[in-house]
Amino acid sequence: MKISSKWMVLPLCVCLAAPASAHRAWLLPSATVLSDTGSWITVDAAISDALFYFDHNPMRLVGVGPDAPRGERGPRPEAGAPAPAGNAPAAGAGAPAAMPKGPPGGRRPMPHQEITILGPDGSTIEPQNGSIGRFRSTFDMPLEKPGTYKLAVVGGGLMASYTLNGEKKRWRGDADALKSEIPADAKDVTVTEQSRRIETFVTAGKPSKDVFKPTGKGLELDPVTHPNDLFAGEAAKFRLLIDGKPAAGARVLVVPGGIRYRDGINEIKATTDADGIVTVTWPEAGMYWMEAVVTDDKAAVPNAKRRASYSATLEVMKP
Amino acid sequence: MRKLVTLGISGVIAGPALAGASLAADVKVTIEVPKLDVAEYHRPYVAAWIEKPDGTVAANLSVWYDVKEENKKGNKWLKDLRQWWRRAGRDLDMPVDGLSSPTRPAGKHALEYAGTAPPLAELQAGEYELVVEAAREVGGREVVRIPFKWPAAAVVSSSAQGKDELGAVDLEIKP
Repeated sequence: MKISSKWMVLPLCVCLAAPASAHRAWLLPSATVLSDTGSWITVDAAISDALFYFDHNPMRLVGVGPDAPRGERGPRPEAGAPAPAGNAPAAGAGAPAAMPKGPPGGRRPMPHQEITILGPDGSTIEPQNGSIGRFRSTFDMPLEKPGTYKLAVVGGGLMASYTLNGEKKRWRGDADALKSEIPADAKDVTVTEQSRRIETFVTAGKPSKDVFKPTGKGLELDPVTHPNDLFAGEAAKFRLLIDGKPAAGARVLVVPGGIRYRDGINEIKATTDADGIVTVTWPEAGMYWMEAVVTDDKAAVPNAKRRASYSATLEVMKP
Repeated sequence: MRKLVTLGISGVIAGPALAGASLAADVKVTIEVPKLDVAEYHRPYVAAWIEKPDGTVAANLSVWYDVKEENKKGNKWLKDLRQWWRRAGRDLDMPVDGLSSPTRPAGKHALEYAGTAPPLAELQAGEYELVVEAAREVGGREVVRIPFKWPAAAVVSSSAQGKDELGAVDLEIKP
């Protein structure tokens, strides 16, 4: 029994690496402003400590890399199922089938996440030449239509913590599994529903706005200032939407890239106003990581809290 | 040059009849492309335009780039003229007649515009800046600005000096 609970906890630690620690998940495009259609860009996707360096784990994306099958994570091992040989499951032989085998040198990988590349005309673009390495995933994309493209990694799930026989437990899964996998005699059960959106934007030619149309689910960006029209010394306004409505009082964090070569993080902290708008004045040109978080009690599952996060990689130009 | 003189004359004749044209003055912009001692040299892309105090473009004067490359290949680096790209370039479908021009070698290059003809004919009275931006492949980028008042009451001659990617920029306005 003890081992089976360990099975649950181990993947949890890895999955939590991005949101729970200082690690940040990001998409980094090779360029955000291009003159013309017919251009290509390449995109790195990673979860890292320092922005924007590859120092922790690749972001595993569906359709990117040779071991990136389109599909689900697969079933979780049943409670009480015999443990594989050895105490700690290692990547590769003996690892549960649900966990894809990572590149050599890697730790237990995170599950794959869906990436959607939305074109200015509403079409979706498949990532090309995808590969996954020890520290980053990378793929290319052609820009065949003029206007603005949105790259979005959208995910979510449930997290729970509880006490069982005096022992603290953590759990991660979906709504169906929640009912069956949390023991009936568990105490101090807290459930958090997570929704996560990681984005970046690229424009060929004149910036367009069609890709900003919100889905109405989770935390989203409704830019007032176009995210491919940002300049140092200027103020940019972004509206954040939660379930399609202005997200008032959302916490916003803006961190400039290049952390490795300075002492301070130099983050800008802000809160959205009553209309869900945050204003950011860019201190200098460069790549920035912006994150917004909303916590509320509007989870879809009962008795759960919701944590909705939005993050974007934004390029600020020198005027 | 002959065309420019002709336009100037016709402007003088038609001038008094049109409120806008009566403001007309002829403009000469001289841009110096510096000679650089670098391992890999490509001629710079250069854009010259007239900017309003709010940063919008009042008149596009000239854009020097690889206009003769097949399949508009030279367009790829137009966005490296960052400020021009933002203010004007991304709204245009280059090449544009009368605006596009091939890149130019090191030396001084004069551009002359009659006040009665596009792109200056529509310029309203007010404060402006001449902006010249240069960006070089495997090199740097620089912007030089010269403020001026339009129209000029007397001959105006002003200059600004670039540091790296541009040499002297001269502006001469003749009422």
